[in-house]
Amino acid sequence: MSKLLPPTAALLAGLLTVAAATSAAVAGTVIVSNERDNTLSVIDEESLTVTRTVPVGRRPRGITLNADGSRLYVCASDDDRIEIYDTSTMAKIGEIPAGVDPEQFALHPDDRQLYIANENDDVVTVVDTDSRHVIGQIDVGVEPEGMAVSPDGRVVINTSETTNMVHWIDTASLTLIDNTLVDQRPRYGVFTRDGKRLWVSSEVGGTVAVIDVDAREVIETIRFRIGGISADRIQPVGIKLTRDGRYAFVALGPANHVAVIDAQTYKVLDYLLVGRRVWHLALNADETRLYSTNGVSGDVTVIDVATLKPIKSIRVGRFPWGVVVRP
Amino acid sequence: MTASAVLMTFVAFLLVPLANAAAAEPTAAIGQQAKAENEVIRIGYLSRAVDRPPGLSTLEVPPDNEGLQGARLAIADNNTTGRFTGQTFALVERALPVEGDAGAAFAALADDGIHYVVSTLDGAGLDRLLARPVGDRLLIFNAGAPDDRFRRADCRADLLHTLPSRAMLADALAQYLIRKNWKRWFLVTGPEEGDVLYAAAVRRAAGRFGGRIVAEKVWSEALDIRRTAEGEVPVFTQVGDYDILIVADEIGLFGEYLPYRTWQPRPVAGTQGLTSVAWDRSLEQWGARQLQSRFQRQAGRAMTPVDYAAWAAVRSIGEAAARTSSADFATVAGYLRGDAFELAGFKGLTLSYRPWDGQLRQPIPLVTARAMVSMSPQDGFLHPLTALDTLGDDRPETGCKR
Repeated sequence: MSKLLPPTAALLAGLLTVAAATSAAVAGTVIVSNERDNTLSVIDEESLTVTRTVPVGRRPRGITLNADGSRLYVCASDDDRIEIYDTSTMAKIGEIPAGVDPEQFALHPDDRQLYIANENDDVVTVVDTDSRHVIGQIDVGVEPEGMAVSPDGRVVINTSETTNMVHWIDTASLTLIDNTLVDQRPRYGVFTRDGKRLWVSSEVGGTVAVIDVDAREVIETIRFRIGGISADRIQPVGIKLTRDGRYAFVALGPANHVAVIDAQTYKVLDYLLVGRRVWHLALNADETRLYSTNGVSGDVTVIDVATLKPIKSIRVGRFPWGVVVRP
Repeated sequence: MTASAVLMTFVAFLLVPLANAAAAEPTAAIGQQAKAENEVIRIGYLSRAVDRPPGLSTLEVPPDNEGLQGARLAIADNNTTGRFTGQTFALVERALPVEGDAGAAFAALADDGIHYVVSTLDGAGLDRLLARPVGDRLLIFNAGAPDDRFRRADCRADLLHTLPSRAMLADALAQYLIRKNWKRWFLVTGPEEGDVLYAAAVRRAAGRFGGRIVAEKVWSEALDIRRTAEGEVPVFTQVGDYDILIVADEIGLFGEYLPYRTWQPRPVAGTQGLTSVAWDRSLEQWGARQLQSRFQRQAGRAMTPVDYAAWAAVRSIGEAAARTSSADFATVAGYLRGDAFELAGFKGLTLSYRPWDGQLRQPIPLVTARAMVSMSPQDGFLHPLTALDTLGDDRPETGCKR
């Protein structure tokens, strides 16, 4: 077990017992990319401990699973490639050339088209994961970052951090169909389950935009305010939406909090204290737990979704960035 | 201002001739963004070579295209965005030799119908531009002169500043020193005019934040002290006790030779040692790494504070043009100086222009030779609106009356 602060150890140990008792149904594997350590940390959901540390390529950031969770794709940004791991053994089973400085990507529901944001080249590269050939490149704005595929697989979006736009890409023709201007430094986008809305975080603007997918227009801009934390430290990055449409969780970066938003009314319900410089989030299979990667403090916070309470911090590698949960 | 800008955008949109829209590039035509105008937005760039005195460090010779490379990168950034908004930006470069006539070059740009001019001229050069009366069709971006007078007595409605003023640099340093509780300062001022102005900014910062100048000396030694510093500096720095030596030596005549040679074991800050700057190659947080690598790839060298200031100026114009979907000068300039304007500047906070003196609000990093030490404004220096306005001249104290 990782080190705990003495006053909270007893409390957390108690919670852990409860967690362990109820986790039989949810036990999966949490996988975290450690940007400065060139490793993945593998966390067992039942014991909430790191069970393995896997060396990977340089500067791993974006990570994603294929549809059945059997394969893990890892962006090794400084090696200009994407690495593929077998999640049952965590052995590397392949590499895909990914253009210059890949940071985030999105896997099409067909498990074949991989859309990669090439931050230094102002393009989105599309790679066929079977043949491992580049099948298309789409010019986008300066510093492409966030990538997301619509649930029906027809549209892919990319956010460009310096151009401050959402770029809409048609997956059939691999062409750009539209652009939507959002607030400063958009970093991450995610579609709602019904595909009707797109949520996009703007890190420097300090906002989250909810976009109508048909009209491709911003219909709501969500702002955040935390007592005692200056507004400019509130820098939204990762977003997770629950399947039931109840909650949206937003990682607020150096504000060290995760915002809980009512996904229907867009009202902020709560702010949960996590580790320092929170980057990205992942929900487990039955959505009873939320995991956050905290870059500066080098740990993962485990949040109980039912009570909206952080229940444990798990030390991982240096600068944890991406996170996924394999069922 | 914002409301009228929006209205003008709307009007401009209504007036788009169909032929114009059809002539746009294929990529641009795809988007739904208002393709307001297809006009090229031209930005003038004005610099003049500097005659540097001998005896300076041979390690870090300032590049002769300092500023220009920053402006070029921002034009590229603007044009990438412009592909989606149907806007095109061009830099009209006027790099003058040492004896070049900045006033004449500026007049030629203005007569050519250029509305935006980015200047990396020093204070004397900028004075030449300001000899021309204030124009309502022109905006000058000062990316080269840190002199506070351009934000005070010599301020103008058509003059914006992307380079931080000396007052901002000194305040950024002072906040950090106060936070460290290093409050007793030994101020050493060099012989140049800029050194005297920098020292004045340090004195002002001491008064604002609670520093105390417990000793003060003027460095008048005209000799090249490279070979003699080990003997000279210990003698020069015997002034009683202090917490930190603050040196004012903007061009680098002697400041580099002070650290590790003082009589007492005390750190050095100011223009050498721990310095406050608009930008530094050591910045890598807040996405800075991306800007650094794009710049390095284009220029083959690291980005300097003047490059950053020129970049911010050209990007400001691009950002305002994109947000207003307009190439109309009054619309763009109005938005740029309004409350809605925000520029993401890779320093963690959005940048905007102070309405009272045209200065770009910005965080100021404190750096040593190879690492960032801290970023000001420091925690705990509070401000009712934005902590960024704790650096430099705030609204109630501005000396700008225009």
